[in-house]
Amino acid sequence: MAKTGVKTVKVPLAGNDAAAHAMKQVNPDVVAAYPITPQTELMQAFAQFVADGEVDTELITTESEHSAMSACVGAAAAGARTMTATSANGFALMWEVLYIAASLRLPITMAVVNRALSGPINIHCDHSDSMGARDAGWMQMYAENPQEAYDLWLIAIKAAENHDVLLPAMVMYDGFIISHTMEVVEILPDEAVKEYVGPYKPAYAMLLDEKPFTVGPLDFHDYYFEHKRQEIEGTEHAPAALAEAAAEYAKISGRHYGPLESYRADDADVVMVALGSTAGTARYVVDVLREQGKAAGLMKLRTFRPFPNAEVAGALGNAKCVVVCDRVASFGAFGSPTFMEVRSALYEVPERPLVINYVYGLGGRDTGPDLLEQAFAEGFRVAETGEIKQHVGYLGVR
Amino acid sequence: MEKKKGWKEIPLGGLITEAGNAAEYETGSWRTFKPVLDQEACNNCLICWIFCPDTSIVVEDEEMVGFDYVHCKGCGICAAECPKKAIEMVLEQEE
Repeated sequence: MAKTGVKTVKVPLAGNDAAAHAMKQVNPDVVAAYPITPQTELMQAFAQFVADGEVDTELITTESEHSAMSACVGAAAAGARTMTATSANGFALMWEVLYIAASLRLPITMAVVNRALSGPINIHCDHSDSMGARDAGWMQMYAENPQEAYDLWLIAIKAAENHDVLLPAMVMYDGFIISHTMEVVEILPDEAVKEYVGPYKPAYAMLLDEKPFTVGPLDFHDYYFEHKRQEIEGTEHAPAALAEAAAEYAKISGRHYGPLESYRADDADVVMVALGSTAGTARYVVDVLREQGKAAGLMKLRTFRPFPNAEVAGALGNAKCVVVCDRVASFGAFGSPTFMEVRSALYEVPERPLVINYVYGLGGRDTGPDLLEQAFAEGFRVAETGEIKQHVGYLGVR
Repeated sequence: MEKKKGWKEIPLGGLITEAGNAAEYETGSWRTFKPVLDQEACNNCLICWIFCPDTSIVVEDEEMVGFDYVHCKGCGICAAECPKKAIEMVLEQEE
């Protein structure tokens, strides 16, 4: 039982099973999906729930991810609560429809099981898939473990469907590292989840509304810009909606989820920024360094879109050096996406810290404590000398 | 000129909330070739009416009487399908 008095159960689940469990409890109207490693087991588990009659969901097994996301758009426009999941190249194949889902203001939610984009072809974890779509208009949250994969998906649904927001949301968790690793996950009772997400109230529904209307017509120089401005407004309401959804979730689960989470960072000279499973490794390294008397800290970034600019500046503003870890390369850019965002967030901080970037773990390259210690060591050198030798480094590459 | 609405005044997500609004969109200006009917050759089979993708064939009392040039885009499907070769596509400027 959770501290909140809600009768929960603790079960060992891999990330994919935890996410499938969230889907089962939400019992969405429509799921349209196509299998791809490492997402496959998630949809396989959900398909089993459908086959066993445990959910009422219309499961559409499409011929590609482009079709999967297109079917999601159609279903959501019809008035259905809609969910899907994918990884890597499948995600890339959804690309144009991601933007359409967001611009039509359809609160579809999706699990993205992070996997490196081809090429060379690879099935293991990095964030090149979801990071590439950071401007698609979707909310983006990164989970650290199976528990967060379960929790954040439920929170994402509530925030996405908030009528001040009405934007799709994706929840990321690291391929294999989280998706295939079993951990104890605390599962809420079905009724609690059902009550939490509530009945679906679409902003518009082609199959339910009495008055006919047109979805997705041509929109030229006369109104396209105004529709994009509306979409931006939805994004600007997202932080409050996420906070509200998270606060309500905390009441039933006892788990609190902000856009970021600081660990021993308040008095730290060097703070590492990490997303996803690497945050867990970084937390361990912070403890090791603290035992050695080094003022190290961690800021785990959970919400990447909308980017929590003010919170990041507040959390990192007192550090001497910030070490940003990115599991993605942004070719031709000055550093990778998290680095660019964090560095920009710190621009107006009175005594802004020096910021360095480490690209790590591409294609699933294992990133253990030793590598993060290396990154911290460079952070402490920068903090002490005030001199950056190299803004962007590469951890663990030969 | 009609004053265009701002982003706070328009329906969500680009929806068009009034039905039957396509008629308001005057697509006749897209035309390069315009269909011209030879009334003598026409036997009012109305195959042009069946095929026209823009409902721009004007029919009165089951007879083909001409084209809705406000909406006809000049695609030429009517001329291609006409079994009596009663529709000719004429370059707009030369008409």
